[in-house]
Amino acid sequence: MTPNFDVVVAGAGPGGIAAATVAAEAGLRVCLVDDNPAAGGQIWRGQADSAGAGSRDARKWMQRLNASGCTVWTGLRVVSEPAAQMLRLEGQDTVRDVAFGRLIVATGARERFLSFPGWTLPGVMGAGAAQAFLKAGFEVSGRRAVVSGSGPLLLAVAAGLRSKGARVAGIFEQAPAAQLAQFARTLARHPGKLLEGVQYQWQARFAPYRTGCWVVKAEGGEQLERVTVSNGRRQWRIDCDLLACGYNLVPNLELPLLLGCRVEQGLVHVDEGQQSSRADVLCVGELTGVGGLEKALLEGEIAGWTVAGDRARAAALRVSLRRQNGFAQGLAQAFALRPELRSLPAAETLVCRCEDVSYGALCQQDSWRAAKLQTRVGMGACQGRVCGSAAAFLLGWEKHEKRPPVFPTTVAGMAAEIAEIEK
Amino acid sequence: MGEPISLTINGQPLQVKKGTSVAAAILMARAASRISPSGELRGPFCGMGICMECRATVNGMAQQPTCQMICEPGMEVVTA
Ligand SMILES: Cc1cc2nc3c(=O)[nH]c(=O)nc-3n(C[C@H](O)[C@H](O)[C@H](O)COP(=O)(O)OP(=O)(O)OC[C@H]3O[C@@H](n4cnc5c(N)ncnc54)[C@H](O)[C@@H]3O)c2cc1C
Ligand code: FES
Repeated sequence: MTPNFDVVVAGAGPGGIAAATVAAEAGLRVCLVDDNPAAGGQIWRGQADSAGAGSRDARKWMQRLNASGCTVWTGLRVVSEPAAQMLRLEGQDTVRDVAFGRLIVATGARERFLSFPGWTLPGVMGAGAAQAFLKAGFEVSGRRAVVSGSGPLLLAVAAGLRSKGARVAGIFEQAPAAQLAQFARTLARHPGKLLEGVQYQWQARFAPYRTGCWVVKAEGGEQLERVTVSNGRRQWRIDCDLLACGYNLVPNLELPLLLGCRVEQGLVHVDEGQQSSRADVLCVGELTGVGGLEKALLEGEIAGWTVAGDRARAAALRVSLRRQNGFAQGLAQAFALRPELRSLPAAETLVCRCEDVSYGALCQQDSWRAAKLQTRVGMGACQGRVCGSAAAFLLGWEKHEKRPPVFPTTVAGMAAEIAEIEK
Repeated sequence: MGEPISLTINGQPLQVKKGTSVAAAILMARAASRISPSGELRGPFCGMGICMECRATVNGMAQQPTCQMICEPGMEVVTA
């Protein structure tokens, strides 16, 4: 028999954890699913299991979640909706279906990567990725690191690398100083954020934070050895064996799109209670606007109260959320990408890392769809998650389409699918 | 953190803290995880299970994404 829950929550980051906890505390039967080995999402990664470690927020929410009676399934990824109100989950060597009354999608965001010469060398990784690896035990003492790209995450990453013993040779933010100054004024209105910012700056003091600069090239033999940085007028080289480079975050829209939720300008459209255009699906966190921890937690709580039928509690939280949404918009403006970044790749630079498709090959196509058919871009194991947002920025293509499964299915998953068809 | 975990990467022994992901271990060994269709060496890249650059052979199973997999005692990891 297919297990059945009042509420299934997809994604156990702060947004999903808050939603699942509030709904379970209200007496609903809730199941929280995440593809990582443990709950926590991007920011609380690896802090969930080791009681005592991690931030106060993380501890508080993990304790509440554990006491709420919520069922938590980790190591399982939501891949499709094989029948109405039923999700198919895949693990390393398992497939499982689960039926839901209401579904709360909290799949968060990923980094936007841009292709530049040398970005495929081992030793080059995302900025948030470096942070994720640090949280997953990556020891970096003795490494010489450069952090680059865009977004407030760069400071957190530099602080993280430094605290684990790496030498941070420089932090290079593509946004110009003037654009950021405006954002700094917004920060002043968010005391929590400001504090965080000050802490990061204190740690970042040990490495230069340069605005209006970006990495144009990475070089090395079998591993990264140096990068070239530009400020638009002048270029210079820096020796390093780790480059953490990411250009802001983009929401993981695959699941909401697959479910048929309305997406506008790259964000899921939700109402006051976090409900999407589909009556039985709610969306929270980065999916509705990249805005960080507090926004994800608030939206999670609101969704939890909505499914519990307590509109008043949801509306009360709405007031604080308005400020967070202002912050999200400020972020997007401050860290908007400069047009020069469109000329980062050379003709032979790969854009698609899975199938090794070059920028030059893509330039000969006129849309994402045509490029997929002609060059196999986006047809590899990442299914366009890395190259799709790069192509969208570099070539102005959009890649919103719905196509199950959400992720490459395992052999077991395919077998289940075939069995269904043959039934 | 408790006892360290011992595993091998391409036959070389490596000790990591409990809870370390296999991709983090590959990074620490300064190994490449996979070879691309045109023959380039690749390393773990996104850290969150989307790019699939961290695929390696773990305990004889080929093509395993390693950034969402935790190191176990005695694990044998073979990379590109
Ligand atoms: C790589 C990375 C590192 C980051 N590091 C930091 C940091 O150090 N500090 C900071 O302040 N902010 C960091 N951020 C920003 C952070 O994501 C947000 O501030 C916050 O965590 C958003 O919460 P969320 O609940 O919306 O999503 P997330 O925390 O992103 O949680 C979403 C969860 O859903 C899971 N998921 C996605 N799709 C599926 C699926 N199909 N099936 C099952 N599970 C799925 C994901 O694996 C993830 O665990 C980082 C972001 C990224 C992308
Ligand atoms: S590092 Fe990208 S999927 Fe593992």
